[in-house]
Formats: sequence, structure tokens, C-alpha cells
Amino acid sequence: MSGSRRLLIVGGIALALWGMGYGLWYAVFAEHQALNGIGGSLAAAFDAAASRNPGAAETAFRNYKEEKHIYDRQVDVHGHWIGLAMLLIVVGIAFDRVRFAERHKLVLACAFLAGAVIFPFGVLLQTFDHGAIPRGIAILGSVLVIAALLAIMVGIAGREAPSE
Amino acid sequence: MGFSKSSTSERTHKLDASSFAPLSARRLLVLGGIGLILVGMLFGDIFAVFVLHQNASQVGASLAAAAHAALAGDHSAVLTSFQDVGSFLENRGTKVDTHVHMIDFGYLALMLAILQPWIAFEEKARQGLAWLFLAGAALLPLGVFLIHYVGLAYSPLQTIGWASIFADLGGLLVILATLGFLLGLVNHLRSHTPAQARDGLLSDRSAAGRFLLGGGMVLVLAGFLHGAYYAGVDLYRHEALDTSILTEMAKAAAANDAGTVDRSLGAYGQLQGDKAVKIAAHAHSIEFGLLAMMLAFFQPYVRLRATWKIRWAYVLLLGSVLLPVCVLMELRYGLVAGGLADFGGLLVIIALLAMWIGILRYTGQLDSQAGDVG
Repeated sequence: MSGSRRLLIVGGIALALWGMGYGLWYAVFAEHQALNGIGGSLAAAFDAAASRNPGAAETAFRNYKEEKHIYDRQVDVHGHWIGLAMLLIVVGIAFDRVRFAERHKLVLACAFLAGAVIFPFGVLLQTFDHGAIPRGIAILGSVLVIAALLAIMVGIAGREAPSE
Repeated sequence: MGFSKSSTSERTHKLDASSFAPLSARRLLVLGGIGLILVGMLFGDIFAVFVLHQNASQVGASLAAAAHAALAGDHSAVLTSFQDVGSFLENRGTKVDTHVHMIDFGYLALMLAILQPWIAFEEKARQGLAWLFLAGAALLPLGVFLIHYVGLAYSPLQTIGWASIFADLGGLLVILATLGFLLGLVNHLRSHTPAQARDGLLSDRSAAGRFLLGGGMVLVLAGFLHGAYYAGVDLYRHEALDTSILTEMAKAAAANDAGTVDRSLGAYGQLQGDKAVKIAAHAHSIEFGLLAMMLAFFQPYVRLRATWKIRWAYVLLLGSVLLPVCVLMELRYGLVAGGLADFGGLLVIIALLAMWIGILRYTGQLDSQAGDVG
């Protein structure tokens, strides 16, 4: 098995395990509490409105916004890590069809794996910091993944026979 | 349906029959994986047709009731309405999770099946891991599905019920099995043994396989680009709108402004619909692309005539394009687009079922040949 193929397959399975472990931790220790928090904030906001107390409603909505922001991203991180991991494995299995030199394939595999790790990590960082850096990391990750996949497609569509 | 004995008997010479023996890890994972995907997709289609839209209406109606209760200053009705919203959302969320996890575990099973020749364990150990994986892959979605119905009945914990506990146990089993396969793969890589005899699945370059692999990659890339566009243009706008519309609704209720409450309710419903279709189109495009790529490798096991294999590949890719595109058009064209999207999902299911039957026929042929030899 070539180094590039090994990197994608082993990296993909490891990333899938990481994503599943994260999901299991989240389901056991965080999800129910997060959902209760979101529902509680929303109910408190409308309850405050019923009491004609716009200030309390606004505070409750701020809590709702923050809790939902965190919840959505944590679920996205779980899904994207596993989804990208599966793509890494499948592309790794098909990597002998990519008609590039092994060193180029290794660069592609590194970029693909790095993007698959970094993109959800950037999304996860957004739960701690709403600034531009986590968003930039997520964008960098997604650009790496898309560019690598595009290059792999070009490599598979190429004419030269593989010399792996 | 175009079954051919001659083409298949040629192919069985190229494939290593022992790697697909009865109850072998690869056979368990292939048949179990496609079975999981089929059940998950059927569940998703039934959910989309009979539950999703009705559930969205119920959530909207309960939210409207909460807003009007706030307007009337009725605290208990506000709380009751939000309990209803929570219950409807839980019902919807657990069904979506059941659908997604079942399909994703099916995908993972197929990938692990392809990797079997590289897992350096005895066949018996690999069989055990495959059974462990399939048990967890069935237990988690079943547990998630039951969460809404079992609730916290007889639970020793305050926030997590028995159904959740079993679902988490299922997830743990899948993790352990996958970890076991990873260890087997690392064993193989560390042993520096030369590559095994060429695996028929990996060396296949049939037209159907190439078509599925290429089409699948294009679908995945389209899904990625659509996701990037959504994240750049819609995601933050949607999140800001979500809170601002709800705030406006509550403020209007506090000010006794029924007209604004109703307008906000309408805007909130539109926003949720817009969000849902864009995320669904992104996710389905990638998931179907991934499925097509994986099925490309299993074409040598599909005991159908070559022309039929290509036809089923076309059907699968047609449905894979139709569903996300029509889901995106659902807000503008309503039920017509929704119906076409469901039809696209059905095409994928039918094509997958045809391939599954083709693989079953191949297993039957292998088993009967083994019986003849015995």
C-alpha cells in the first residue's frame, strides 16, 4: 500500500473514530442539557412577554441565541468529521486510480486529511470565540478539502496508467 | 431484470471466492451495510412523506399558540405550548437522527468490507468484529427512534432515558468494532507483508463502476460547493434572522400588537423552511455521492448483465441529482417539487435494491458452487 493511500485510509478511520467518540461524549454529557437550555430560554422569553417585560424577554433571547449557536456547531462538527472521514477512506481506496506521481499524491493526501481535520475544528472553535480566527480556520479547511478533491478528480480522469 | 449466468461465471474466476464466503466478515458487512442503508432510506422516505411536513405544521401551530398566549398574558398556556413545541421537535429530531445514523453506519460497513483484505486478523476475529459492528449499528438507531416514546420511564438518570442509554451503548459497540478493524489494518501495515493477491473489488474497471465513481465524486464536489456557498451567504444571516424574528414576535406580544405577531410567525416559518431545504440539499448531494462511489467498488459482486448494471447506475445517479435539486426548489414550487424529490429518493432506493439483489444472487451462486465441491 502506497504512503498516500495509507495516510488517507488510516487517517480516515482514525478521524471517524474521533468523530464518533466526540458524538458519544456529546450525546451522554452535553446534548440533553443543551436542548433543555435552548427550550428553557425560549419559553422564558415568551413568558416574560406575557408579563409585559420586554427587558427580561430580550435577556432570555440573548441566552437562546448563544445556546443555539453552540448547539448547532457542536452537531455540525460531529457530522462533518465523520462525513469527511468516510470520504477520506473511499478516496483512499480509489487512490491507485489517481494518475499522478506518488510525491504529488502524498501532497494531495496531506492536504485532504488536513482540511478534513481543520474544517470542523474551526467550526468547533466558534463555540468559544465568535471572532474571525475560528471562521478563517474553518474556511481554510474547507478550501483545502475542495481543492484536494478537485485535484483528485483530475488525477482520476487523467490518461496515463498508474505506476504505483 | 437481465440476469446473466455467463458474465457472472467469468467474473467469479477473477474474484477470490474465499473472501466472500458465507458468514465471512466481508459478506456480513456488505449485505448488512446495504441492508442498513436501504432501511434507513426507506425510513427517511416514509418520514418525509408522512411525518416531516405535518410535524413542521404542528411546531408552527404550537409556536403561534405560544405567541398568542403571550399576547393574552396567559403564562400557563405559554408553557404548555412550549412543551408541545419541545415534544414535536424531539419527535422530528430523533427520526432524522435514526435515518442519518442508520445510513452512515451502512456506509461505514461498506468501507470496512472493502478494507477486509488489509485487516491482519484471523477470519474468526474479523467475523466477531463485523457482528459487533452490525449489532451496534442496529442498536443505536433503534434506541434513538424509541427516545420519543420511552422518555424517562424507569430511568435511573434525570435527563437520559433507557432508550438513550441503549443508543449510546450501540454507539460504543460501533466505536469498539471500528477500533478493532483499525488495529488490524495497522498490524498489516507494520508487518510489511507484500500486498495480497489482487483483490477483484479493487482491480475492477467496469463501465458501471467507473460511471458510479465519477458521478459520485461530482455529486460530492457539488455538495461541498453548495455547502460553502450556504456557509458564506446564508448561515449567519439565517442565525441572525432566527433570533431577531423571535425577539420581534415577543416584543409585539408584550405590546399587544397581534398583527406584528402574526407577520413574525409567517416570517419565522419561511425562514425555517429556507434553512431546512438548503441543508437537506447539501447533505443529500454528498451522501448520495459517497454511496455511488462506494457502490462502484462492489460492481464485480453484482450478478447482473453489464447493460443492466449501467442502467441501475444511471437510475441511482439520476435519483441522486433529482432529490437535492428538487428539495432546493421546494419553497418556490411547493408540492410538485417535493413530490419529485421523494421520487428521486425512491429511484435511489430501487437502484440500490437491484444491486443488493444482484449481490445476493452472487452469494447464492458461490454457495451452490461450494456445495457442489463439497
